[in-house]
Amino acid sequence: MTGALAETLPAAGALDVDAIRRQFPILHTTMHDRPLVYLDSAASTQKPRAVLDALLQVYERDYANIHRGVYDLSQRASALHDAARRKVQRFIGARDWREIVFVRNATEAINLVAYSFLRPKLGPGDEILVTEMEHHANIVPWQLVAGETGAKVVAAPITDAGELDLVALRERIGPRTRLLGVTWVSNVLGTVNPVEEITALARRAGVPVLVDAAQAIQHRPVDVSALGADFLVFSGHKMYGPSGVGVLWGRAELLEAMPPWQGGGDMIEEVSFAGTTFNDIPFRFEAGTPDIAGVIALGAAVDWIEGLGMALIDAHETALMAYAERAIRQVPALRLISEPKERSGALSFVMDGCHPQDIGTLLDLDGIAIRTGHHCAMPLHARLGLPASARASIGVYNTTDDIDALVASLRRVADMFG
Amino acid sequence: MEASQTIAEAAQSIREEFALFDDWRERIEHIVELGKSLPPLPPEHKTPQNKVSGCQSQVWMIAPLDPATGRLRLAADSDAFIVKGLIALLLRLYADRTPREILENPPVVLDEIGLAKHLTPGRSNGLWSMVKRIRELAARAAAEPAPA
Repeated sequence: MTGALAETLPAAGALDVDAIRRQFPILHTTMHDRPLVYLDSAASTQKPRAVLDALLQVYERDYANIHRGVYDLSQRASALHDAARRKVQRFIGARDWREIVFVRNATEAINLVAYSFLRPKLGPGDEILVTEMEHHANIVPWQLVAGETGAKVVAAPITDAGELDLVALRERIGPRTRLLGVTWVSNVLGTVNPVEEITALARRAGVPVLVDAAQAIQHRPVDVSALGADFLVFSGHKMYGPSGVGVLWGRAELLEAMPPWQGGGDMIEEVSFAGTTFNDIPFRFEAGTPDIAGVIALGAAVDWIEGLGMALIDAHETALMAYAERAIRQVPALRLISEPKERSGALSFVMDGCHPQDIGTLLDLDGIAIRTGHHCAMPLHARLGLPASARASIGVYNTTDDIDALVASLRRVADMFG
Repeated sequence: MEASQTIAEAAQSIREEFALFDDWRERIEHIVELGKSLPPLPPEHKTPQNKVSGCQSQVWMIAPLDPATGRLRLAADSDAFIVKGLIALLLRLYADRTPREILENPPVVLDEIGLAKHLTPGRSNGLWSMVKRIRELAARAAAEPAPA
């Protein structure tokens, strides 16, 4: 960590980022013979040793199928899996472990809510309200159920700064609005939405709210008991956990009233050809053998994050993002595509005379991993009048050195196309 | 695009040209320069129908058959310079060729000069989507009755 950041961090209790980096083996590898500079954590974070060890340890010492065997090994695996659920419950402030449903990722969580919670309530003319800054995962599942029922998906607008227009959002909530789906932090704009204010608006109108926390969970404290939302979703792989496991949190009374979405083992109470009765929540929504090791390793990721402390993570990342924003503005011909009052995690930009794909390809050769394209947010790019953008996004392991490398490489790109 | 050159000869000239560069930065800079000098496709051809899918940038491609020569007048454009540079290389190989010549000569030279390794073409820059489209256009033209 170099001088500028150190000055901006609180003197006491700051994170030792060099020590954190040592816990990530992949950060010490190379790309095109250059040291890897990983600035694509909004797509997926890298994994610390503690998570890698947890995965390996499950398979080496504690692995059997869960909730079935009477033998000790199965009991042990089941206990670890159950413990992970309670870790996630505590991590997000849920009042009941039964409100935590393990799924594959945030996308699957939204699909589950779309099909099990919302679809039975939808009819022709009903509306599902989202925003222009949503990821495709918070648009397409709603379009699928809307298409089947004659309902439609409508979007609340954003301002030119890349923030939600709350006045317009309130106006879009009408008598036919059956659900509001909103992201906490935009994966492209980096905008932090005032989710508590938004859930309050929706609640006053009696509209249930799903919060997409995929880009929030790794950056800021999440407390569902204070949020006022009905559902909250996130992916494990964006919070230093393994890929293949995600979380749906839902208020227990809503989950209890929801029918199963997928059928199979573990989600049943009694099965006969005369009819089947279903298990309690959350098992009703977890058909088949789950990602046992993945869930346990997600629990390890929660432990790891809590060991660092979310407040310190937030402080480090906020300071680094401010540094990045100042530095990147100095690159000739570069323009940030959003100017939100509060930014988290991601910094997206375009450069005059140069396509984002050109930027990404040239940075790749310098060992720098950023994301280019539409970032699964085509309606947002249409609103911005851009076919694509380039995005640098950070995790707790990034330093001012990474930002300096990014900016130096972007200057070379500007020279080449200038 | 010298009409007298065969695809094999064009491939050899590309091979020799890229052998002059020491490292990948220089090669990519050369591809960018090729892209900058690629003549733009007239806007009326930039239609959804002519768009090549599977590319992160936008790519448009046409290949009208010249009835006099039986050759395809291949032309393409992109909004990204590196992709335009790749198009320039593809045009040197395939513009003004007969469908049969195109179908009989896959672009192995692009592998030989290391593009596959350094530009991950399968996944994001659309090189192979463009090659696939060229071959589809050639196959379609080959299947049509020969011009009178």
